[in-house]
Amino acid sequence: MSDLFPLTVRGATTRRRGKVLVGPVDLTLSGNGACVVIGPNGSGKTTLLRLLHGAARLSSGTIDWACPMAKARRAQAFVFQRPVMLRRSVLDNIAYPLIIRGTSRAQARAQARDWAERVGLGDMLDRAAPVLSGGEQQKLALARALIGQPKLLFLDEPCTALDGSAMREIEQILTDAKAAGTRLILSTHDMGQARRLADQVVFLLRGQVHESGPAAEFFETPRTEQARAFLKGDIVE
Amino acid sequence: MTDLWDGLAQALWLVATFDPELVEIAARSLRVTLSALVVASAIAMPLAALLAVRRFRWRRVIIAILNALMGLPPVVVGLVVYVMLSRAGPFGVLGLLFTPTAMIIAQVIIIVPLIASIAHQSLRDLWQDYHDLLISMNVTQWQKIRTLLWDTRRALLTAALAGFGRAIGEVGAIMIVGGNIDHATRVLTTAIALETGKGDFALALALGFVLIGLAVAVNLAIHWLSRTEREGRW
Amino acid sequence: MIRKFLIGIAALCFAQAALAADVMKMAVTTSFHNSGLAEVLLPEIMKDLDLEVQLLVVGTGQALKLGRAGDVDAILVHSKAAEEVFVAEGFGTHRREIMYNDFVFIGPSADPAAIAGADSAAASLQKIATAQAPFVSRGDDSGTHKKELSLWVAAGLEPAAFGDWYKAVGAGMGAALNTASGMNAYILSDRASWLNFGNKGDLALLYSGDPVLFNQYAYLPVNPALHSHVKTDLAQKLEDWLVSDRAKELIDSYQINGETLFVFNAKPE
Repeated sequence: MSDLFPLTVRGATTRRRGKVLVGPVDLTLSGNGACVVIGPNGSGKTTLLRLLHGAARLSSGTIDWACPMAKARRAQAFVFQRPVMLRRSVLDNIAYPLIIRGTSRAQARAQARDWAERVGLGDMLDRAAPVLSGGEQQKLALARALIGQPKLLFLDEPCTALDGSAMREIEQILTDAKAAGTRLILSTHDMGQARRLADQVVFLLRGQVHESGPAAEFFETPRTEQARAFLKGDIVE
Repeated sequence: MTDLWDGLAQALWLVATFDPELVEIAARSLRVTLSALVVASAIAMPLAALLAVRRFRWRRVIIAILNALMGLPPVVVGLVVYVMLSRAGPFGVLGLLFTPTAMIIAQVIIIVPLIASIAHQSLRDLWQDYHDLLISMNVTQWQKIRTLLWDTRRALLTAALAGFGRAIGEVGAIMIVGGNIDHATRVLTTAIALETGKGDFALALALGFVLIGLAVAVNLAIHWLSRTEREGRW
Repeated sequence: MIRKFLIGIAALCFAQAALAADVMKMAVTTSFHNSGLAEVLLPEIMKDLDLEVQLLVVGTGQALKLGRAGDVDAILVHSKAAEEVFVAEGFGTHRREIMYNDFVFIGPSADPAAIAGADSAAASLQKIATAQAPFVSRGDDSGTHKKELSLWVAAGLEPAAFGDWYKAVGAGMGAALNTASGMNAYILSDRASWLNFGNKGDLALLYSGDPVLFNQYAYLPVNPALHSHVKTDLAQKLEDWLVSDRAKELIDSYQINGETLFVFNAKPE
């Protein structure tokens, strides 16, 4: 499969009922690693992720991948803030993306078992997914996203409302995925997590990219006053 | 009141002795209604899923019509099917009037809107749940429908049982298109109407109790069958 | 185990019963069916001719309609005028008289209109009208209903002008008898339906015997020239049997509660 990157975003805007939700956004992403999208509540993090994934309507502007859009879509996966659990067993949830792509049931199940093991769900394969705890659901969602070996994985605040140990496990999975060559784009409101995972940072404010760049640079010497205030923990609007 | 007790006693007696005529009529009731149920489900459920998943121009109109048709008067359905299947009607050459097939057709028309409406409710709710995930996974329309139908199968079972209940207890339409012919198209409900007409309330009630018992038994059997499936995994 | 049992039951439901070699459909009136005579004749026909006659039990009006549309192979009804029109218009090949029974007046056993001693059918109807005693009419355009209307006219009365006491229920004989029983009203019924009726309540047979109350049944095969699918040969076979000595014996000897119901009067061709 041809490579996704570089991703070139020019003037991308999404409006609903005439109101601009996000944009205009100009952004270029290349290379690998994790890109973390941060910003205050309502700054448009979720919408930006959806826009890049193609799940939100682009009102104007362009989003160009290095390969055709349809192909790019198939190389991506998305983990939602509140994970969607199919009303099936854990095993069948994880196997689902492979079955959709036409993998035989036996093969899909074998791989799913493998992935369940990797994310620590190996002892609850037959449990009904919707009754899992929040952390287990998020791990399931990750395994289900990663089983298709995406080139790019979107994660929308994957650790909201999770306790420390669950968060550590999930970050470990993400670090492993990154090491295996999956590009990550994740949003978070947890600055600690942003520092731990980020290779690049995009700082959103009122629907626009206020500042972006390599993570180390951003966290050491933010260029704008708002970014400095945000990192300090002040209320920024 | 005495009729009620007589009816109950007679029902027990008929069942206990495996009255051959009763067995024949009850089996025909089941055969007609279960056939209608299978056909109606095969039409209604994919239709309901399509209505939940696809946004097309006439969607709302179709949903409104289906909801309205849930209250379709069976007698009218019976009359329309009768006119269609009569030798003088457009499908007369098939010679289907006064056969069990005609009764199945009428029942299918009566219960498709009911099953589709109930199924649509749960499919729509599940689709709201699944929407983001399935869109993100680029599943095809057909895969969406299959996924939704499979994952909401227990609600669909309820829809099917509602359809079964309406069909097995139906009398107006099947009386008209079936003709209540002894040994050919007589089923429990039309037999009840016949016995009531003869003033034999006890026998009519006995058949009524058998009908209720049959409906309950089928419900229990189907629930039991689906439960064993469910305990394994989800 | 239980699963297998259930599947077995389902299979049983779908197993088709063995059918007779020949099957034909005949529309008959409710009154004929309520008499119970069919249950005597049909098994004998099956035995003698290996012919399964499927009965559609309807009113005379609908029976004629079924014949017109070609949905049945023959009809057995009792409304001479309508039958003659049916044949004249070419829907039936001919009309063959088979047997007759009679109509009777039923009413509350107290007989408020005092029709029990009347000297004719017309006189009893006049008494009911004078007393304005509740009267239930079939009101469904059936043979019995037509007969009732003609009797009123013969008595010099006009049912359309009657008051509340005259109730047209628009239902079959059994349902109309149920209504009459519930309201303790007078009603015209064929004798067989009355004798077989299970919900008599306070009703009693009050008047019968006037020759105008005789009720002629006739057999009309549907015309194959209009409906090529009609089983004319089977209809002919059945007709031959219905006018045979065998049928005569069965019909004449049929009784309910010791009463003879039908008189065989088919003439040989």
